[in-house]
Amino acid sequence: MSVNNPNWKPKIVAFCCNWCSYAGADLAGSGRMNYPADVKIIRVPCSCRVNPLFILRAFERGADGVIICGCHPGDCHYTSGNYYARRRLTMLFSLLDYLGIERDRTRVEWVSAAEGAKFAKTMNEFVETIYSLGENRKLSDIRCKKS
Amino acid sequence: MQKIGVFVCWCGSNIAGTVDVEAVAEAMKTVPGVVFSTHYQYMCSAAGQKLIADAIHEHHLDGIVVASCSPRMHENTFRKTAEAAGLNPYMVEIANIREQCSWIHKDKEEGTAKAIVLAKAAVAKLLHNKPLTAGTSAVTKRCLVIGGGIAGIQTALDVADAGYEVDIVEQRPTIGGRMAQLDKTFPTLDCSACILTPKMVEAAQNEKINIISYAKVEKVDGFVGNFRATIRKKARCVDETKCTGCSLYMNKCPSKKGKDEFNMEMNNRPAIYIPFAQAIPNVAVIDPEQCVKLKTGKCGLCQKVCTAGAIDYTQQDELMEREYGAIVVATGFKPIDPSPLNEYGYAENADVITSLELERLMNAAGPTKGTLLRPSDLKHPHEIVFIQCVGSRCDENTKRGKPYCSKICCMYTAKHAMLIRDKYPDTKVHVFYIDVRTPGKNFDEFYRRAVEQYGVDYIKGMVGKVAREGDKLMVRGSDLISNQQVEIAADLVVLATAIEPDPSARSIGTMLTASMDTNDFFTEAHAKLRPVESPTAGIFLSGVAQGPKDVPETVAQASAAAAKVIGLLAKDHLVTNPCVAGSDELLCNGCSQCEKVCPYGAITYVDKEVRGPGVREVRRVAQVNPAVCQGCGACTVTCPSGAMDLKGFTNQQIMAEVDAICL
Ligand SMILES: Cc1cc2nc3c(=O)[nH]c(=O)nc-3n(C[C@H](O)[C@H](O)[C@H](O)COP(=O)(O)OP(=O)(O)OC[C@H]3O[C@@H](n4cnc5c(N)ncnc54)[C@H](O)[C@@H]3O)c2cc1C
Ligand code: SF4
Ligand code: SF4
Ligand code: FES
Repeated sequence: MSVNNPNWKPKIVAFCCNWCSYAGADLAGSGRMNYPADVKIIRVPCSCRVNPLFILRAFERGADGVIICGCHPGDCHYTSGNYYARRRLTMLFSLLDYLGIERDRTRVEWVSAAEGAKFAKTMNEFVETIYSLGENRKLSDIRCKKS
Repeated sequence: MQKIGVFVCWCGSNIAGTVDVEAVAEAMKTVPGVVFSTHYQYMCSAAGQKLIADAIHEHHLDGIVVASCSPRMHENTFRKTAEAAGLNPYMVEIANIREQCSWIHKDKEEGTAKAIVLAKAAVAKLLHNKPLTAGTSAVTKRCLVIGGGIAGIQTALDVADAGYEVDIVEQRPTIGGRMAQLDKTFPTLDCSACILTPKMVEAAQNEKINIISYAKVEKVDGFVGNFRATIRKKARCVDETKCTGCSLYMNKCPSKKGKDEFNMEMNNRPAIYIPFAQAIPNVAVIDPEQCVKLKTGKCGLCQKVCTAGAIDYTQQDELMEREYGAIVVATGFKPIDPSPLNEYGYAENADVITSLELERLMNAAGPTKGTLLRPSDLKHPHEIVFIQCVGSRCDENTKRGKPYCSKICCMYTAKHAMLIRDKYPDTKVHVFYIDVRTPGKNFDEFYRRAVEQYGVDYIKGMVGKVAREGDKLMVRGSDLISNQQVEIAADLVVLATAIEPDPSARSIGTMLTASMDTNDFFTEAHAKLRPVESPTAGIFLSGVAQGPKDVPETVAQASAAAAKVIGLLAKDHLVTNPCVAGSDELLCNGCSQCEKVCPYGAITYVDKEVRGPGVREVRRVAQVNPAVCQGCGACTVTCPSGAMDLKGFTNQQIMAEVDAICL
């Protein structure tokens, strides 16, 4: 859908908790499971470390999609972090929706350290979704854009 | 301005194959803050590390970025390199350009561009890093082993041998696990009890080992070196210190309807029982579901015959609080219930049994005293069909079984076939198999003996249906080698059922925050290099709890886990993670929000004189105990005033990464 720029490549930020999802991403890597280079991972100790402000900042800086990955419910290394994350992000996503950022540009996914294949599959799906949504213009601060 | 050095690793061709490392190193030279950038074949090698150390000295670097494999692999290596070269180890950031770049992208241009972004993000973060100093915490020199099968027993013996105290918590009334139920063991065919019993006795007699049977771990708090566990010891209604294990009650107990779990519920037992003759502790237990006295108040016969005065119907569960430095998970397995796989007719036909049931039927202490009789009419079977891979190696999408190979079934089926042919040469034995998998010392020789010496009929193919026809079980399957349908009229059918983790494994995993795979086996810290440790520090894995294994492999892993435990307990202090939370007193308003979300109770409040520009007053402010904080970051996001931050993962650092990735 990105009508304007045929060379457009989405910018996708993936926050991954250190204990499950980051390890899952590593496993996808050692299993040579491909997913697009548009995804860049930021390591956080736990999904509960992801401040909604980080996500707002990403969109402001021109991100086209943000995905947060953590341990499965009940499996958080810190026992309850992902429950906090889930509640906070549900709130944030509805706010973003209200601001005009499509619901599909944000996603939370639980990926364990043993689920390399799930990590790759999730990223492939997410990137595909972002391609179909096209470039994100809402919230992105033009002053932050490099020409 | 900080001076940052960037070191791009080729990892041989692992990175250099799809990332132009030279271009990355070149591009990084123009990034603000970077004063030195280079690339090298193997950064983690001695020469690579020297290159880093030399650059730190020569260029007076304040921080380094290593663009290489995952930080889970070599972050520690490079921190040590930095430290040895006089840099604070927390002034090191890793850009993961292998697992998260070169290995997953095929296009070199794309890979290179992404590697540059990842390295830039690491530099952006590093510009906000502060030197951190790790604290220390004391180590409680005691070990908890959850599960008293051969795995738990072996780990306990080895840890105790090094002089440390061990508690084994076993859910059943006795230790021994599944191995106690086996008749003979491959590949040597020695009797299972004969090799297991001495180990059980050794554990019981070892003064460093404390066996807490008929118990479960209810709660675990703390962290490596400092765990606190709550253990519930269930009421046995028998005083362990008085019971002599005489079994006089056996014939007195009027309740005879308890299912004998040890014999796979193929016979009944009284309400008061000892699971088997060699049980440890050799102490009776009363089954509250079956005991007439406990249910109606009338009876009390066993108390009358007990000369030791050990019976106490009023006994209550006992809760114990214990401290440990290390915890070993040895919760083992159970065979799956094959009933849902209805083609085998397990639920309808008494003469379709599982392999573990067969072990009991062949054992001298089993329900038939070791004579092989089929359950329906107690006749001697003359034609027996074994079916392998029942519920193992299934297509995940069909949900009809486990996707994995249970590993032990090929060998024990060969064992069963051989033992039967040896004892009852008039019996015909057929085995349906998909593949025979016998890697292992003397294993293939063992299987070939079954075929060549004992004339066991191995049929490559699957079974479609087992159905009763009169006195017989008609087994219909295919022979893939002769490409024919086969039909065998059998007297007994034995299913080599898949094994799965003990049903309690999931809750233990959750309690310990130890990660598990989708099949509920515990995950190791590294599949190849750290196979007996959980990713959660201080938790170790022993036996089938980690994945299917036979006894020799279980024992080897159990000893390996013990070695790791001993290595931990031998330390007086552990270096703690300095990446902990801390609140800015000037911003904190003492609202108590952070305390509520902290899973470890690391946050307290103090009234404190706060001084800053324009402030000088006594205020209630949050204080984080760095020895207790585990660094999750929950509090940082909760804090409404932005006072709480997490060292090593500060708001500024993460925002800088976001910016670097998006711009
Ligand atoms: C039919 C059959 C035949 C076999 N034959 C052979 C053979 O011939 N040779 C061979 O080498 N191997 C054989 N094996 C494999 C062998 O049984 C296993 O390798 C071995 O028993 C594994 O020991 P383990 O201690 O890991 O698990 P287990 O034996 O299952 O012991 C685990 C223990 O932990 C306890 N536990 C579980 N959860 C908890 C909890 N939450 N709290 C407290 N306690 C808990 C259990 O009650 C149990 O006592 C056979 C297996 C089967 C099924
Ligand atoms: S980061 Fe905060 S919430 Fe997490 S353990 Fe430390 S003090 Fe508690
Ligand atoms: S949440 Fe923030 S403001 Fe409130 S007490 Fe904790 S650190 Fe202080
Ligand atoms: S550690 Fe993975 S979600 Fe908390």
